[in-house]
Amino acid sequence: MIGIIGKKLGMTQIFNEAGQQIPVTVVEAPPNPVVFVNEKERMGYASVQLGYGQQRMRRASKSNERTPRGRRASKAEVGHAAKAGLEAPPAVLRSFRIDDAPGKKPEIPSYKVGDVVKVDIFAPGEKVKVTGTSKGRGFQGVVKRYGIGGGPNTHGNTKHRRPGSIGPGTDPSRVIKGKKMPGHYGAARHTETNLRVEKIDVERNLIYIRGAVAGPTNGILLVRKQG
Amino acid sequence: MHPFIETQKEFIRADIPPFRPGDTVRVNVRVKEGEKERLQAFEGVCIARRGSGVSETFTVRKVSNGVGVERIFPVHSPMIGDIAVVRRGQVRRAKLYYLRELSGKATRIRAKKSRTQDTTEE
Repeated sequence: MIGIIGKKLGMTQIFNEAGQQIPVTVVEAPPNPVVFVNEKERMGYASVQLGYGQQRMRRASKSNERTPRGRRASKAEVGHAAKAGLEAPPAVLRSFRIDDAPGKKPEIPSYKVGDVVKVDIFAPGEKVKVTGTSKGRGFQGVVKRYGIGGGPNTHGNTKHRRPGSIGPGTDPSRVIKGKKMPGHYGAARHTETNLRVEKIDVERNLIYIRGAVAGPTNGILLVRKQG
Repeated sequence: MHPFIETQKEFIRADIPPFRPGDTVRVNVRVKEGEKERLQAFEGVCIARRGSGVSETFTVRKVSNGVGVERIFPVHSPMIGDIAVVRRGQVRRAKLYYLRELSGKATRIRAKKSRTQDTTEE
């Protein structure tokens, strides 16, 4: 489903009509240009590629000039953006499927290169899913990573935060695949579904989404319609 | 200003008078009874303020029928009709949780000596 690329500004709370406090995540999503339209005949599915932000094009010529951070954009990226009529290539490019609306014959919304997608595609009360990259937690044990209870702290017990037995013995003489073990936790793509849009601020390009979403403040998020 | 702080501004109420822990306040709370809405007063000592911005809350404590009652209100809640400062108190703590252990005369709070011409008495 169509969505928008944005940046997490952080969490706060707002009051609803009933006077209740609602915890919300504020997502800033400036108008996303449509960089590329993929027709169904071409690839078997229909999608649009949206852009977010700007990449660096050249070195700062004056000392007080501010250019976007990072390496300068490659010629391929500049050319791809130029086809869409953009001056600088977007820092983030993401594709959104547009032919997966519910129903047998989904109606494919038509977008063309040069259009912009703004936060007004969402309305308060609508349900959305939000994809982000969760905060990296490094190498973690099973208690933090999977929520395994661990052992007792006292009564002579020495296995406090260990996973316990990892399976049977001689037969099958191996550990089954997918066994929950310590390892790298976080910094993975995570999608949270069924989040309610509480408020839309078209002027300031803000979306207020109820609850928490994955990733740090200033992390890139994809906010998609629930379909 | 950072756009995030900007987002909170529209929810912040400008009509809330400044008050501090130790002050006796009367909070008029909007109460819905069926269709009708009326204001219900809750008067007591503000014993704590915590948080910042739109999330700030304060705690009001009063003793009602010999039972201590505390209510926590969001400062900027639309459920608050208005807040009136009844008496300014002189205290040396930001959080007056010690009042919970005290009763009767011991819970009195010294009135603030007003620097400007004020109507508060000794």
